[in-house]
Amino acid sequence: MDTLTAARAQMEVSLAFHMVFAALGIGMPLLMVMAEGLWLRTGREHYRQLAKKWAKATALTFAVGAVSGTALSFELGLLWPRFMEFAGGIFGSAFALEGYAFFVEAIFLGLYLYGWERLSPRAHWLAGVAVATSGMLSGVLVVAANAWMQTPAGFRMVDGAAVDVSPFAPFLAPSWFQMSLHSTLSCYVATGFAVAGVYAVGMLRGRRDVYHRSALTLAMSLATVTALLQPLSGDLSAKNVAEHQPAKLAAMEAHFETARGVPLLVGGIPDEATGEVRWALRIPRMLSVLAYGDPDAEVRGLNDFPVDERPNVLITHLAFQVMVGCGFALIGLGLWYWWARRRGPGAEGRLLLAAVVAGSPLGFLALQAGWIVTEVGRQPWVVYGVMRTADGVTPVGEVPATLFGFSVLYLGLGVALAYLLRRLATGAPPGTAAGRGGLHVS
Amino acid sequence: MSPETLVAAVTLAAVVAYAVFAGADFGGGIWDAFAAGPRREEQRSTIAHAMGPVWEANHVWLIFVIVLLFTAFPPAFAALSVALFLPFHLVLLGIILRGAAFVFRAYSPESARSPGAGRGALRWGAVFGAASVITPVLLGMCLGAVSAGSLRVVDGVVRVGDTPPWLAPLSLATGAFALATCAYLAAVYLANETEGPLREDFRARALWAGTATVALSVLVLPLLRAQAPHLWSGLLSARAAPVVAVGVGAALLSGWALLRRRFRLARAATVAQVACLLAGWGIAQYPYIIYPDVTVQGAAGHPGTLRFVLWTLPPGMGVLLPSLYYLFRVFKGEHLGVREP
Repeated sequence: MDTLTAARAQMEVSLAFHMVFAALGIGMPLLMVMAEGLWLRTGREHYRQLAKKWAKATALTFAVGAVSGTALSFELGLLWPRFMEFAGGIFGSAFALEGYAFFVEAIFLGLYLYGWERLSPRAHWLAGVAVATSGMLSGVLVVAANAWMQTPAGFRMVDGAAVDVSPFAPFLAPSWFQMSLHSTLSCYVATGFAVAGVYAVGMLRGRRDVYHRSALTLAMSLATVTALLQPLSGDLSAKNVAEHQPAKLAAMEAHFETARGVPLLVGGIPDEATGEVRWALRIPRMLSVLAYGDPDAEVRGLNDFPVDERPNVLITHLAFQVMVGCGFALIGLGLWYWWARRRGPGAEGRLLLAAVVAGSPLGFLALQAGWIVTEVGRQPWVVYGVMRTADGVTPVGEVPATLFGFSVLYLGLGVALAYLLRRLATGAPPGTAAGRGGLHVS
Repeated sequence: MSPETLVAAVTLAAVVAYAVFAGADFGGGIWDAFAAGPRREEQRSTIAHAMGPVWEANHVWLIFVIVLLFTAFPPAFAALSVALFLPFHLVLLGIILRGAAFVFRAYSPESARSPGAGRGALRWGAVFGAASVITPVLLGMCLGAVSAGSLRVVDGVVRVGDTPPWLAPLSLATGAFALATCAYLAAVYLANETEGPLREDFRARALWAGTATVALSVLVLPLLRAQAPHLWSGLLSARAAPVVAVGVGAALLSGWALLRRRFRLARAATVAQVACLLAGWGIAQYPYIIYPDVTVQGAAGHPGTLRFVLWTLPPGMGVLLPSLYYLFRVFKGEHLGVREP
């Protein structure tokens, strides 16, 4: 395996692993705060128990997220030293601010997790609010750095070097707002449906107590609201990609020939050699409408770009289909759930609960697929139009070995964590579920 | 002071904060691995209790250092990433295993029923201890490598000799020094947070670790003179010597305070000792980030970015420092003398 392939693979393994915990680190604190807020308002004990249970899950996942995030900050240099030598001094401002946000998150998480008895209920809840807010902010700030890689801004290139670098370069990237909105929502969607699935399993096993039902309601509220907003933010993102990264849009849509009035492809397997897409459903003129708001608009095809400046069409297109497919499936699931709930809580049928269980990994699948669209669609560039990925890679030859080592490490940690979370999710805490909580049902 | 020197000073301060705070968390892990005697399990649970609420916040200082390095001094970060590819990966392995094992142990189902005795908890406890011993050694070795002089950057290309810079004698000595210092810090802090026989356990450990740091210093001094004359003369320079002298004085004071069981004083002196010695090293090393080819001025990034880092420092620290103070007041208040238990 050559160094470039191995370095890209190690980055993918590290990011794919970290991203799950980063998303949970943004989503779980919000659920925690919602549950504890309801406890403060209603005084019903099961909300407090839920907040405590979710705090434990957050403790496990946040720690893994923090250490795997540390690994990434080193790996940026370990795998891509030439890229960091060029870019570190430009997009580092985003990381510098993110450092403060992450600091605040870690501090208040410590206060939240260990402060149940030491802080007043209100102060404790506010610590949770600080965790949820700074976690979200830290995600938004990291995305600024990635947005700058997608749509670089705030500097000029003279003789292969960056000059006139703005202190705000990453925040000037024209895709920052669209990307951070889309990715923040995706964290809530993924966390919400994943948590909902856990409690749907419990309810299918007959634990239809107030603890489980409230957990499901809270998780589905967050998941459905954010899932419904996601297509709107996706539309903003797509228009931004059309404007700033036309090659990526062409790859996402497997659009080979520049044309006017271009149809939207749903599904299909693109063949890069022949420029054809088989088994796709075509919605006439829809891509022109979605990208430019005009049914006759011209959309640039891959033929407009030199062969060595095209991303991998098959991967980008399929990942995009997976992301959009999961997104709409989850919207349908959310609407179904709230339709069934119109007669009040407790009306969920077994079929619906089974669907919630089946849908629970889809948010994370969409998140990973969306990230693949973003990153593979940017290739062969590491900084779009400025620096190629191959020019940023390390000269060190041992990357295949470290790739193997990190893959084994993350696989092992993933299995261990799944086991511990599984043990954590074994029903309601004694005394709340059927007992006191049950009284509220009647 | 020029912007790049200011940012370098901030980075050094962050390194000191990481050592003083997170160093003690590594030290806690070391004493977990070497827990012994009739109060073995009490020692372990004291350590876990002391670390629990604060270790993640303490860990962020490292991320802060890395971010400052690649934002303000990108060529230095790139050179270190190439030259220290293997030890940095090992450091990451240690950091990941240490952090994951610490929470995995805390949430292992067996540990809920009989603390520390479950099989899962035992296994993760062993990983936590081992990773806590290895990681500070490796971090110390990496720190030594930037002073050793064998990490060369010629025309932007990283060159290392037959012996990798992190395995140079000076780097090995720094690694051992880091291990002993972490163990000492943790034992002194833990003696402050315990009472009775448990406090005596940690006091004894502090005395052992303190003796080890003194012995290592005696070994390192001739090594410094022979292997890193630039650092030797830097440490004796008018710039660094006063700071180093305060550090040495504080070291002696902390040892004396421990012997006399004046634990509060011992802790303050130990913090001063570690902070001054590390800061003294940084000042002696200045203007080099990596001796002898990479300097603070030569590696400085874009002026706009450096200004951004400096401008955001007051508001950033304005949020961060009160939050940190609150965290430590809530969990360590009774030991800091801020609040009665």
